Amino acid sequence: MMGLVSYLVFFTTIASILAIAVLGLNLQWGNTGLFNGGVVAFFGAGAYGTLLLGGTPQADHIGGFDLFYPLALIGGAAAAGVLAWVVGRLTLHLRHDYLAIATFGVAVTFENVMRNAQGLSGGAKGLRGFTRPLEAWVNDGFSYNVLFLTVVVALLICTYWFLERLICSPYGRQLRAIREDEIAARSLGKNPGAIRLTAFITGSCILGLAGGLYATFYAFVSPQDVLPTLTFQLWAMLIVGGAGNNRGAIFGTFLIWGAWTASGWSLARFAPVEVQLYTGTMQFILIGLVIVGMLMWRPQGLLPERLVVSQSGTKKLN
Amino acid sequence: MIQSLTDGILVGAIVSLGAIGLTMVMHMLRFANFSHAELLSIGAYSALVFDALFSGILPSLANNIGPLSMTWALILSMLCAMAVTGLSAVLINEFVFKRIREKGSELSMVFASFGVAMIIRNVLGLIFGLKSQLYSNDIVFAVLVSSEPQLLIKPDQVFVLLAALLIMLVLHFVLSRTTFGYTLRAVAENPSLAEVTGIRLSRVIAIVWIISGLLAAAAGVFYGLNNHINPVIGRDLVLPIFAATIVGGIGSVFGAVLGGFIVGIAANMALLVLPSGYSPAVPFLIILVLLLVRPHGLFGEAET
Amino acid sequence: MAETLLRVTNIVAGYVKDLPILKQVSIEVKEASLTLIIGPNGAGKSTFIKAIAGVVPVTSGKITLTGHDITGIRPDQMSQHSIAYVPQSDNIFRTLSVRQNLELVLRKDRAAPDRIDTLFMRFPILKTKQAEKAGTLSGGQRQMLAVSMALAVKPMLILMDEPSAGLSPKAAQEVLQLARDLTTEGVTILLVEQNVNQAMRLSDHCYILAEGRNQHDADAAVLLNDPIVGEIYLGGKRVPAE
Repeated sequence: MMGLVSYLVFFTTIASILAIAVLGLNLQWGNTGLFNGGVVAFFGAGAYGTLLLGGTPQADHIGGFDLFYPLALIGGAAAAGVLAWVVGRLTLHLRHDYLAIATFGVAVTFENVMRNAQGLSGGAKGLRGFTRPLEAWVNDGFSYNVLFLTVVVALLICTYWFLERLICSPYGRQLRAIREDEIAARSLGKNPGAIRLTAFITGSCILGLAGGLYATFYAFVSPQDVLPTLTFQLWAMLIVGGAGNNRGAIFGTFLIWGAWTASGWSLARFAPVEVQLYTGTMQFILIGLVIVGMLMWRPQGLLPERLVVSQSGTKKLN
Repeated sequence: MIQSLTDGILVGAIVSLGAIGLTMVMHMLRFANFSHAELLSIGAYSALVFDALFSGILPSLANNIGPLSMTWALILSMLCAMAVTGLSAVLINEFVFKRIREKGSELSMVFASFGVAMIIRNVLGLIFGLKSQLYSNDIVFAVLVSSEPQLLIKPDQVFVLLAALLIMLVLHFVLSRTTFGYTLRAVAENPSLAEVTGIRLSRVIAIVWIISGLLAAAAGVFYGLNNHINPVIGRDLVLPIFAATIVGGIGSVFGAVLGGFIVGIAANMALLVLPSGYSPAVPFLIILVLLLVRPHGLFGEAET
Repeated sequence: MAETLLRVTNIVAGYVKDLPILKQVSIEVKEASLTLIIGPNGAGKSTFIKAIAGVVPVTSGKITLTGHDITGIRPDQMSQHSIAYVPQSDNIFRTLSVRQNLELVLRKDRAAPDRIDTLFMRFPILKTKQAEKAGTLSGGQRQMLAVSMALAVKPMLILMDEPSAGLSPKAAQEVLQLARDLTTEGVTILLVEQNVNQAMRLSDHCYILAEGRNQHDADAAVLLNDPIVGEIYLGGKRVPAE
């Protein structure tokens, strides 16, 4: 029984962290219509950033500033934001298919650099030397995990609340206007370029926050954590859940992550030994089929975008 | 340095063949097809299967042609693989991309192409295994063409270059001298006018997919011949092929050819200064520079 | 009395299904006639031609050609019904040469070289420039090429959308006169024009559209002096919408 509860805590923690990431992606794609093919680079920037800022000094690479944890986490998110600023300035004005290729290239390059730049990131063996915050104070492993889960869920709720407020605000209206018809928006005096950039950066900071939490949980990050396949998984979560809908984003995350771990578990349990090597392969085929199937059947997702009423139509009689 | 240049040209020929098909599809259907590079894998593996088949049926076909590790069986297999890949390309469009286009937006097709790429790559891995394979287990020695500066070339590499150039020449002839070629060019320039003059767009689209499949299969077999065959050929070549397309300008076949060679040479020359681990990032840097400096590439149309 | 070649009955059409531009328009085009469609901007004249050509989807109504129903055909099926369409702009392939444009249209015709020679006899300037890229031609020359592309397939009916647009008065007159000459050869022409006076002088029958509806029609000779034309253009007179 304890094992099951323990596993559920673990599952919910990871799912919540990924949900935060998907919320960030939803801001970029669902609300603003920006195609970010390199999601994992911003997630990774947050992960590496947090560990470098918050970790203890290591012999073979920079970092180890041993910062107070919340600062390290914010620093990670900020690193993602800075990367987003650079990438955004360079690419956001591109046509959508060029943008897809460019952002995909960013992700490939990010993983490539992290894998090779030993002095920066520890190279292929990854970053260690990080102690999880408050771990010394809470002796029991299970209690610590519950504490961590609580913090993560709290952050998820805050992020959700923040984004929901954002959508209903005038800024949210601007995002939708730009997404629907940029030329019209421009003619109204809005500066689409600047607005898109801020949406891109904000979404990326949220991605970085998720990355930081992820790295914190494992107290480790390596290039294996920032492969293009993670981009693919996060996109699947958003597409299935419903782009443009924050609840859809969270729902999709839990659903896909659940399916992923369930398929991995059942393959490990029931499949013959020779096939075990191909567990990952089969999972990717399944997730590919889910994405393609979803796009063919119900591209708006399971929870489609709701019409946002930012101002109630009832007027007071004068 | 001349070794890098030569290697670059040889790799470039393969990238060019892959890029031609992609530039045609991207121009016509306006979507970045991330699954295009997987067609090379399909071609490479199909040829592997046919090669085993033909060599089994008629062992004399399996003899090497001269100094190459290429055999008649493999040539036949390549032709069959081209047919299979062309068919796959058109079927994928018919059953997946076309339906998604009707239901959603162009960007849905881009996601879908990620999904299709994942599926193809992993299905190939499931069927053929994850390890690298080769068409022939013979060890082929590189020929020392010159010792100062050192230049080593394998006969297979020369064959690949010549074969690739031949294919491109044939395609050029078709595009510039036949009415069928005019049809393709007309559709590329102005699809609605083409329709008005009696051209059935759905047929032309299918033909373009087939051609892109044919060329990709050849590229895949050439890559397998010079390197090895494994399920991640597509993953490794997707960025260089996109880079070549962007350098040349989307929609320009000639641009794709030139772009392929430029990307091949640049990627190899970069190895002279960068540690080899960084080579996957070079095509991306090329893309980035191009998009900043001249977004429509060398021969593409300036788009708003 | 000439036969009716093309009969359009109450078509409702538009680019987007719920936003029709044409609201029940009907016309009849007699064989070997030059029928003109005029009207103020936004009347839907271009859309009307495109609806017949199959370029714009038809929501309801009927279009028949010599009794055959051709409502909602695909544009590439026009040539099967012996219809040709000359769009207002972008009506030639700029990156192909003059000759290649014609060879493209005649790709299924075994006698293509002869046909092209015949067309060159009518338009000698195209013969001179046959190897040049069509994009290098002047406006009037491009229009000639566009019309010869339409003529190449020996159509029964040619749909022309503002053929004189952007041309010098002399070139405009030449194009319209060409349309007139074609009708004496038995070709039926349905013409949309902004150049009202020049076109009306050469036409047989004329329909006036405004706001996506029929407003008036009569023989061109009659309408030439009828003030109703001006009134419709200036918005004074309108057929009430049902």
